[in-house]
Amino acid sequence: MRILRAIAAHPTGRIGAGIILLYLLLALCGTIGFTPHNPLQQFRIDRLQGPSATYLMGTDLFGRDTASRLMVGIGQSFLIAFASVGLASLVGTIIGLLAGWWGGWLDGAFMRSMDVLLAFPAILLALLIIAIVGPGTFTSVVAIAAVYTPIFARVVRGPTLSLKRREFVDAARTFGSSERYILTRHLLLNLVAPLTVQVTLALAWALLTEAGLSFLGLGTQPPAPSLGLMMSEARNLMQQAPWLLVFPGLTIMLGILGFNLFGDALRDILDPRTQRRTA
Amino acid sequence: MTSLLSVRDLAVGFGRDAAEKPVVRGISFDLAPGETLALVGESGSGKSVTALSINRLVDFGGGRITGGTMAWTRPDGSTLDLAQADERTLLGLRGREIGMIFQEPMTSLNPVHTVGAQIEEAFRLNRGLEGRAASDAAREALDRVRIPDAAQRMKYYPHQLSGGMRQRVMIAMALAGNPRLLIADEPTTALDVTVQAQIMALLAELKAELGMAMIFITHDIGLVAGIADGVMVMQDGVVVEQGRLDTVLDAPQHDYTKHLLGAVPHFTGGQAVRSDHRRETGQQPAVKVDDLVVRFPIGGGWFSRDAGAIHAVEGVGFDLVPGETLAIVGESGSGKSTTARAILGLTEATRGAIVTSPGRHGRPVQMVFQDPFASLNPRLDVASLLAEPAIAAGMRVDAALRQRMVQLLERVGLPEDALSRYPHQFSGGQRQRLCIARALMLNPDVVVLDEAVSALDVSVQARVLDLLIDLQHEFGLAYLFISHDMAVVERIAHRVAVMYAGQVVEIGDAASVLAKPRHSYTKRLIAAVPGIERRRQRYDVDTTPVPSLIKPKGYEPAPAEWVTAGEDHLVRVE
Amino acid sequence: MNYLARRLVTFPLILLGVSLLVFFSIRMIPGDAITAMLGTEAGLLTPVQRQALAEYFGIDQPAVVQYGRWLWGVLQGDLGLSVTYGRPVLAIILERFPLTLELALLSMVIALSVGVPAGVLAATRGERPADVVVRILAMLGQSTPGFVVGLVIIYVLSVYFGFIPAMGSFASLWSDPLANLGQLIFPAVTLGFAFAASVTRISRASMLDVLSDDYIRTARAKGVPARSVVWHHALPNALIPVVTLSGVEFGYLLGGAVIVEQIFALPGLGRLTLDAIGQRDYALVQGCVLFIALNFLIVNLLVDLAYAALDPRIRLGAR
Repeated sequence: MRILRAIAAHPTGRIGAGIILLYLLLALCGTIGFTPHNPLQQFRIDRLQGPSATYLMGTDLFGRDTASRLMVGIGQSFLIAFASVGLASLVGTIIGLLAGWWGGWLDGAFMRSMDVLLAFPAILLALLIIAIVGPGTFTSVVAIAAVYTPIFARVVRGPTLSLKRREFVDAARTFGSSERYILTRHLLLNLVAPLTVQVTLALAWALLTEAGLSFLGLGTQPPAPSLGLMMSEARNLMQQAPWLLVFPGLTIMLGILGFNLFGDALRDILDPRTQRRTA
Repeated sequence: MTSLLSVRDLAVGFGRDAAEKPVVRGISFDLAPGETLALVGESGSGKSVTALSINRLVDFGGGRITGGTMAWTRPDGSTLDLAQADERTLLGLRGREIGMIFQEPMTSLNPVHTVGAQIEEAFRLNRGLEGRAASDAAREALDRVRIPDAAQRMKYYPHQLSGGMRQRVMIAMALAGNPRLLIADEPTTALDVTVQAQIMALLAELKAELGMAMIFITHDIGLVAGIADGVMVMQDGVVVEQGRLDTVLDAPQHDYTKHLLGAVPHFTGGQAVRSDHRRETGQQPAVKVDDLVVRFPIGGGWFSRDAGAIHAVEGVGFDLVPGETLAIVGESGSGKSTTARAILGLTEATRGAIVTSPGRHGRPVQMVFQDPFASLNPRLDVASLLAEPAIAAGMRVDAALRQRMVQLLERVGLPEDALSRYPHQFSGGQRQRLCIARALMLNPDVVVLDEAVSALDVSVQARVLDLLIDLQHEFGLAYLFISHDMAVVERIAHRVAVMYAGQVVEIGDAASVLAKPRHSYTKRLIAAVPGIERRRQRYDVDTTPVPSLIKPKGYEPAPAEWVTAGEDHLVRVE
Repeated sequence: MNYLARRLVTFPLILLGVSLLVFFSIRMIPGDAITAMLGTEAGLLTPVQRQALAEYFGIDQPAVVQYGRWLWGVLQGDLGLSVTYGRPVLAIILERFPLTLELALLSMVIALSVGVPAGVLAATRGERPADVVVRILAMLGQSTPGFVVGLVIIYVLSVYFGFIPAMGSFASLWSDPLANLGQLIFPAVTLGFAFAASVTRISRASMLDVLSDDYIRTARAKGVPARSVVWHHALPNALIPVVTLSGVEFGYLLGGAVIVEQIFALPGLGRLTLDAIGQRDYALVQGCVLFIALNFLIVNLLVDLAYAALDPRIRLGAR
């Protein structure tokens, strides 16, 4: 509650939260089919129409309504982003927490395998996985999750290492508290803040990666609409139909911007270091 | 004599409402050339803000001078109002006419430049020296602050030097421009007491040599006696008392000054030790430690062979009976905290026996840590914090337990509604009370207090010490009190053990050890403690290095030999 | 153990992990390797031919043996044969790699030379218009995918300037440096756009942190002028996180090259990888991925060296 109020008072966090809410609404409408037109229906006589009252954002080469397709595309992007970040944060947190807490060879083994994953540039690792499994929604989720899991592991391991040396953990040991109690109440509870920030920022990156993959034709498969794919299709039509470039481009940018702004605001609010600076 | 600096009605604020809510206000004082003014106050009193306002560094921290004048006499006799001076003028003043040293020598030097380069820069800026001349001057400056091997140390980076060395480098740098005023902002607070004595001696010597004035900021009124001509006591942003040194110390007018001089622990050389407990012969000890050894192996790794070990604690032994306080005193690296951690099992002992009173279940030894901000999980409320020891002991969280929490809270002086609050809603002293209550939840026999009052403001310190003494009487607790602060030790200890380089060098009755120290280290330690009685007394510049704790693999020290120096007073043979 | 020594020890270990991952993930592709290699043509093979091929490629051996053989080959520079091109994989990669490397380095130079000054400017101008403008631009830059930037650049160039970045024929740096730069400058801007934004943000944040450090106050107390405080005392400290970021970002640049090369039709390693996936040329995919990861690791090692050069606490072992 305190955090929600703080975000509402944060100048850019408010904008970010607004964008995210708007996108969630659009995504919901797109997913349940509450769109101006059927996103897959081809209005043959209305091919490559500019924005108008009927087609708010114009139509594409097949006469499909851009606005409707964008709504469905947002839904698809969000689904992949949330699922992959959820997966990555879950696995990454467990790995980072255990590696940091137990240390020793387990830490070495866990973190070196994370380093192996980190040795691949994000898109490349995703490409490798897609090459194996073949493109599709599920593959995108796994691929993006694989890219961000090591980042979560690192983000969690660092604070775990410093938390475990904190005096309140020492104090818990002097009482004879169980390992499980210490891990959940003393470590995880204190990791919630940095994790929340990281999750928000990772959502922005995941959207970015997903858009890149589908732009390359390796994400969501046609005819299902996706933001990256729409951009890719607009490439050769940009001279005749610039709206096909402009609207999906803006949609992607704005969505990512929303999560970036929101994440930054969260960090301002939750991170005591920046708090001190602004105080 | 005309004054060097004359401050009238100074007010400083921060941020948007700087003028409406000044942090310090109505500050007026005069400083004559060559004179030392001590600014005394606790955290938040505004003493550092006042000091930083003089050379206007406060501007860079978001501060603004909102009123008053600061008339500074320049070398040519003209006067300049520092409160109105522009940044350009101030730039020519800083380092040349006004030098400054800070509290944290660890962070006050730039980590990516060598100390030589940093001192040379000061000579270049403030004396116009270039190249060889600058580096020669820098080397001489290091010599002057008694840094051995100055030519070599020039090439060192700050992290390669000890805290005391770094503070000397800071002094060398501040004095490069031969300033007529040196502002010293708590320059010894982060240092060990023997190192503090060295720095104080150095400052006194250099001041006399160069004839410069000094503004010395401290929270320790005891430190003032040795160096100051005038004293200004601050509280909550205003000056509550100011005057000549003797007047303020001997005839304080304001209640706060009286409190600082009276209620706050001051070291008196064993005159004020407790006399409320005597050991009975044959009394069963609450805890007995025998030949405790803690060593940390170094390096190892894949390529290097076992390089040896840090002998952090070496053959420490003592016992502690119910109702008694044993203080372990020592400086950083002496092994006192490692001893405490080993007794609690937080650090694994290499060998040794720790025997607690027989017939007790559970955990008869509990601990209170130094930093009350770090030892309470910020995400848990007080009820959860207090319940933790009980949960760990397998107890149910029920009405009876809650009843006990409320009782303990009341006992340590916290309100009942504290239960639903979080640590950040309490002050440092209140948090430490919480920690004490938590340590008492399971009815321990022994409480280990590891620098438990060191992080608190001096006046809060006194009240927490009083609480500890009351609780000791009420519950018959035995305290193992770890501290570097001789004044605090004198106030709470029945017996004292002095640790040096991992070993106990002297142990016994507090009055005897503190009044008649026998071991050379104990003597040095006690001689270094400042006190209000030691007016304008010079400290000796003593630079005995601490023996290295790193020993080759397989090293075993010779067994300790002890001589008796009194009824309950043992001294290790050197 | 020393920080750098530790890095040097773990380097081959991670490399080994990378090779394992690459090798076995390609083997996880459903269906047998010969079908995967030859596609539909594999259906025309007789069982005897199949067997012969399997023996020839060594895929009748246990996986571990295959890995060993493959790794032994890789160590000798043998990454196998590309089915599509009928040539050694390494030779093809080495042909394409200079372009991608040049692209990545150029965009890095652009990003750093824009980002660091912008970040420092913003940090030292606190809350004044310059700071606000830089922050907004950086935020927008960080939120814009590379392909959006690339397509907008192409659109603006073609519609308003009637200029279409030369596609197809590509001039190498050695044969025609000017034409080469002309062809690479827009792709490099595209690739470096988001990177410049993050460099700006990190530089600004790090500079703000450093400017509130105690030693900056010390420098001011000894009369160091404002300009020198920023450039001589603060910047070397503030650059440390920027260097770290640059190492990580180099990977993103190599990855981002896939997309940028696709948009600008540049014959680089990224497009090669993408095409290889499309053509199911697994030896080539394997080779490309391994090669890129190796380069990324080497750059990260170099970054760690730079890091040590910048920070004496690491170079000389902090306590």
